[in-house]
Amino acid sequence: MRPTILMRTCLAVLFAWCLIATRAGAVEVEVLHWWTAGGEAAALGILKDRLKESGIDWKDVPVAGGGGTQAMTVLRARVTSGNPPVAVQMLGFDIVDWAELGVLADLNETAAAEHWDRVIPAAIQRFSKADGRWIAVPVDVHSVNWVWANQALLDELKIAQPRTWKDFIAALKKVKDSGRIALAHGGQPWQDATLFDSVVMLTGGPDFYRQALIDLDSEALDSDTMREVFDRMLVLRGFVDDNFSGRDWNLATAMVIRGEAAFQVMGDWVKGEFITAGKVPGKDFACFRFPGTENTVLFNSDQFVMFRVGGEMREAQLKLATAIMNPKFQSAFSVIKGSVPARTDVPDADFDACGKQGMADLARADAAGTLIGSMAHGHAAPAAVKNAFYDVITAHFNGELDTEEAIEELLDAVESVR
Amino acid sequence: MVDPRYSNLLPRTLLYLVLALFVAFYLMPLYVMLANSFKPLAEIRAGGLLSPPEDWTVTPWLAAWSSAAIGVEATGLKPYFLNSVWMVIAAVAISTLLGALNGYVLSKWRFHGAGLCFGLMLFACFIPFQIVLIPMAQILGMLGLAGTVSGLVLVHVIYGLSFTTLFFRNYYASFPDDLVRAALIDGAGFFTLFGRILLPNSGPVIVVTVIWQFTNIWNDFLFGVSFADADSQPLTVALNNLVNSSTGVKEYNVHFAGAILAAFPTLLVYVLAGRYFVRGLLSGAVKG
Amino acid sequence: MSAEGMAAGLQRLMPRLVFSPSLSLVLIFIYGFIIYSIYLSFTSSRILPVNDWAGLANYLRLFKLPHWHIAIRNLAVFGSLYITFCIALGLLLAILLDQKIRLEGGIRAVLLYPMALSFIVTGTAWKWLLDPGIGLEHSVHLLGFTNFHFGWIKDGGLAIYTLVIAAVWHTSGFVMALFLAGLRGIDEEVLKAARIDGAAGLRLYTRIVIPQLRPALFSAVIVLTHLAIKSYDLVIALTGGGPGRATELPATFMYSYTFTRNQMGIGAAAAVIMLMTVAAVMIPYLHAETDGRRHG
Repeated sequence: MRPTILMRTCLAVLFAWCLIATRAGAVEVEVLHWWTAGGEAAALGILKDRLKESGIDWKDVPVAGGGGTQAMTVLRARVTSGNPPVAVQMLGFDIVDWAELGVLADLNETAAAEHWDRVIPAAIQRFSKADGRWIAVPVDVHSVNWVWANQALLDELKIAQPRTWKDFIAALKKVKDSGRIALAHGGQPWQDATLFDSVVMLTGGPDFYRQALIDLDSEALDSDTMREVFDRMLVLRGFVDDNFSGRDWNLATAMVIRGEAAFQVMGDWVKGEFITAGKVPGKDFACFRFPGTENTVLFNSDQFVMFRVGGEMREAQLKLATAIMNPKFQSAFSVIKGSVPARTDVPDADFDACGKQGMADLARADAAGTLIGSMAHGHAAPAAVKNAFYDVITAHFNGELDTEEAIEELLDAVESVR
Repeated sequence: MVDPRYSNLLPRTLLYLVLALFVAFYLMPLYVMLANSFKPLAEIRAGGLLSPPEDWTVTPWLAAWSSAAIGVEATGLKPYFLNSVWMVIAAVAISTLLGALNGYVLSKWRFHGAGLCFGLMLFACFIPFQIVLIPMAQILGMLGLAGTVSGLVLVHVIYGLSFTTLFFRNYYASFPDDLVRAALIDGAGFFTLFGRILLPNSGPVIVVTVIWQFTNIWNDFLFGVSFADADSQPLTVALNNLVNSSTGVKEYNVHFAGAILAAFPTLLVYVLAGRYFVRGLLSGAVKG
Repeated sequence: MSAEGMAAGLQRLMPRLVFSPSLSLVLIFIYGFIIYSIYLSFTSSRILPVNDWAGLANYLRLFKLPHWHIAIRNLAVFGSLYITFCIALGLLLAILLDQKIRLEGGIRAVLLYPMALSFIVTGTAWKWLLDPGIGLEHSVHLLGFTNFHFGWIKDGGLAIYTLVIAAVWHTSGFVMALFLAGLRGIDEEVLKAARIDGAAGLRLYTRIVIPQLRPALFSAVIVLTHLAIKSYDLVIALTGGGPGRATELPATFMYSYTFTRNQMGIGAAAAVIMLMTVAAVMIPYLHAETDGRRHG
């Protein structure tokens, strides 16, 4: 009879799960991250191999999508169910938010023994520590105020590296007049905001950037400088092609690689695309700071946040932390990923021209106090504020709001999430 | 008088023409996915999406199956396939059986409040899954089922119950009450009646329910990603990791091949059992 | 009490006994969670649930958000077009297929297969097709018709309709199958009688056939409404809510406020409003349909 067959199948399946569930193994650390392909995944592979040497198995929990937003949802379900991963890749204010919930580990002992305080820039420590406690381990630093350009196109049109807004506009105009796309851009909120970051820094300078995007000072947000920022976004919009909406950033990069477009404003992860396409920095493509922001570094730093675990897991977790902070690993990791090491005491020998410049810029900005968190990448304000900014920037960039309306909506939005 | 066969010719031709247009419209996305999954990446970049492959290659398919990067390890979709299979078999079997019992009770043993109960189950179809995640995670944690296949099966059974109950209730509602009454007079009990009379006549509705549940559960992403851990992630989660990776060259041909691979079981079910599916619907599975 | 009496009592209890596990699952995991969400919407929960009472603050904020109004308006447009087109197209296809067509099985399979694909795959495939730079427009240009323009997906005012296209493509075949089943279930005698009375062609359909499809329509409406309300994956894969905010729907709104923006309270408030709206629309309909048939 049919029901008994069904029942038997169910029982068999149940039995099979029990077998799966009771399978025992060595010490495994579960790591939740969203690096599932290309250089990023390869870079993590190095970490995995290093852990293996110290007798710890890496248990991979990759969840791609939305620059980590998907992974954060999963993390919430995992923590709520009392089953948090040992380490989780996280960015900026997400770390601060999670620290407030009191579910993170204390890494102070290891940090003190290995002198993390001395080698990690203070601006980055801001996110790795909560209440004087190390809770996260920074693995790299990206910066977003970069312009990437097709060198052949620049040579052809005799464009030199622009250093001011005026120069940049002149250069963009030259490209547009030649029938090419001046600015390769992908119309996704975070990409619009990445562009916005640089324009704020250029227009207002570091102090204004801090006031407006970090302190959320309503006077700064309501200022003429901010109006100029929005107006400049519209000017840049004029140099973007019509099909930009929804385009992935790497497709925009591909346009620069193929010479269909001249410039892209994007973080240094772009470099990986050029390298994979067989292009050489300084020869086939140029990397330079967004005009007028040469002395600042707008950063976002990937960190592994450690969740509170017990027993032998804790030991494995600390070993993982040590492995991430290892200078050789930090160098190898960033060389593959296109970032620069979070540690400032790592030699730059293995890096290419853009990487060397990035490391020098980072050290300089750290010393000068102009190493500032990127709003677009969640290092200036919490997620609610960041997304409120996204809404306004994107709506304005797509012509749904004019500058005055944008300022008004921005003030409202910031007020409502403060 | 005109021969009726000829008077019919024009409308018939028109009919087939219209149907052909629809068929083309429905096939287009599948064609795009298939055609591009057999092209080398360079050809996709260079040419139109709708042109057939010039330089046929199966490399994207092999890569998607066994060597594309899904995380730190480049395993392809292969290892995740079984996770999905286990989950789907168990969840579909349990939710279908429960749905059959519920439908039987609600249509043949109308106890006081049965109508309200059915209404409650029906409205449950409309709950947005986003609000379920956090409380569900809490309960799975309490039950000790967090991050297990069993937990995932439980979730799928619960949120599939509404539809399976709906299907079986409507099917059994049109099952002749006389037969039921006769069996009861003969002394058949609750389960005998169900097992001997109703279930053997439930072929069509079982097909419909199983196809419906199989498709929904196999294609689910939200629950799979939220409630599975490293060992139990279903295929859709792996597909997402393959397609949605934030950096690296996007290998669209591999993505298309992966998407078709992931959809293969459900496609197969629809193509093979499609005839029974419509027959099942026909015999009243979703009629009133 | 005799053993037989107990057995009979057990028999009487059995239906409820068998039904109660399912009912309790639904009560806990659907209605319990709805109540929980209502509670959450009155708290200041951000990243995870907390117990701080916040009164109506979340609702006040929600209705001040331009985003939410856009999402609601979009759902009205998307939902009504999606349901209408699916039903219209499904009915048309069912009637066409019912004309004793050759190859009916094959055609049916072609119309049905999209339902086997997930919304993620559907969205991704259509994203490619609709992209003017690489998809249909580009291909038509390659054929020489360079005046052809089809860039809806990049246009804030029209992008919502691309969602409708992809969604209708996905589900209309299923609706067709429902109607086809309904058509085949109509009594031949009734049709014959109607023909004798002189009904033919269109009149036969509008007067006799279509009214008989009411049960199939009921199933279609339920399936379509639930898909329209839950449309999350499709938006994410096809447009990501863009251009700008043009294709934001309540489902994406809820998800983003609950999980991306760390404003769980507002996300819960949005869910409650959504559920109440759905209840207001669907409960009378469910009631009329399930009740009407019992008496009819």
